[in-house]
Amino acid sequence: MSKVHVTTSVNGDEVEFLADPRETLLDCLRDHIGLTGSKEGCGTGDCGACSVTLDGTLVCSCLVLGVEADGKRVETIEGMADGAELHPLQRKFIEHAALQCGFCTPGILVAAKKLLETNPNPTEEEVRYWLAGNLCRCTGYDKIIRAVMDAAAELRQEAA
Amino acid sequence: MRYHTPTTFEDAAQLAAQAKGLTRFLAGGTDVLVQLRAGMVQPDDLIDLKKIAGVSEITRTDDGGWRIGVAVPGIALGAHEGLCADWPGVVEGMELVGSTQIQGRATLTGNLCNGSPAADSVPGLVAAGASVEITGPGGTRTLPVEDVPVSPGKTALKAGELISAILLPPRGENAGDAYLRFIPRTEMDIAVVGSAVSLRLDGDTVTEARVALGAVAPTVKLVPEAADAIIGTTLDEPALEALAKVASAACSPIDDKRGTVAFRTEVAGVLTKRAALIAKARAKGDTA
Repeated sequence: MSKVHVTTSVNGDEVEFLADPRETLLDCLRDHIGLTGSKEGCGTGDCGACSVTLDGTLVCSCLVLGVEADGKRVETIEGMADGAELHPLQRKFIEHAALQCGFCTPGILVAAKKLLETNPNPTEEEVRYWLAGNLCRCTGYDKIIRAVMDAAAELRQEAA
Repeated sequence: MRYHTPTTFEDAAQLAAQAKGLTRFLAGGTDVLVQLRAGMVQPDDLIDLKKIAGVSEITRTDDGGWRIGVAVPGIALGAHEGLCADWPGVVEGMELVGSTQIQGRATLTGNLCNGSPAADSVPGLVAAGASVEITGPGGTRTLPVEDVPVSPGKTALKAGELISAILLPPRGENAGDAYLRFIPRTEMDIAVVGSAVSLRLDGDTVTEARVALGAVAPTVKLVPEAADAIIGTTLDEPALEALAKVASAACSPIDDKRGTVAFRTEVAGVLTKRAALIAKARAKGDTA
């Protein structure tokens, strides 16, 4: 099996790796680059735990081949905080206790960040629909939705 | 598995025609990667089409219709004002496929080629009178969308052939379309029944119509007798009742965990009535 040389940008850093063409972007992020924040829940695009953005579009990294990332821009959960400074979404998830086991949390944060970039003032319904592809078996979703709404308000500089 | 990135459809067709083993084309990958990972399909040659010029574009054709590239994801259809204004029913069908993440990748062409009778984007295309441009080793041909699926999971594409674009006709005046589906929850599910209606009005009278049903037969199907039931009417109550009756009569569904034969047959009639009314409202300028 001949491997393919892939050059891509991950969280702003240029990264190179050799990928078996059957490997997913998620496999490559975790096993070749060592970024294990993105999780594999289902491997079939149903759960959203592997959510990343690819050239700015929210995708499941388990449904993208590593070789397809060549020349693209990938953003993962590891790029969300600014050094030690948490992103407002990350802070609000802690404040609202919007996680228990935490396995779905990286994917939800990446998806929620993309939502707030696309729509800074979403309704609760819009948040729920946007995050319908991110499954959480612990929280019952309510705290997640509240945390996202609160972070959105803070980013708009409104009191929630 | 060999991974190919041809830069023309002709090259892609040649690669597929010359391949000795199993071949798959890759656009959005939301079906192909799942099959690959599950071990259901293990291609010897995977032909990625996204390096071909124009595959991510939506362009106005000379006749006033639209040409949609094979790698245009759902999210790009919804963001395209001109396409949404002309064919809201086609766009809303595609937007019902999967989650936000899936919308970032999944394509109309992939949904069509996957060959599912429940494909949400296909009834809208059939009702719209869309066709596909097919490139093969011998050249190109076009085929109406309703003739692409031939049975569950099977298409009319021959060895070495692939779809190189989806073509929507010009919308014209006083016309509208709509797609509705039934699922037991609000999001992220497979259609139990899908129904699409496209029509044109003269005043309040329907002058042209096309009706397509999904998930109630081995393939998405065009139902000409349903169109005949409303052409020449104002979609008054008797016309809607006649429409529901012929739509239900056109169904030959299966019983499965998502719905029984009786349920699917009844709901096909109900959804078709409702889709016709939405299409009519849109033809009269409603933009909702």
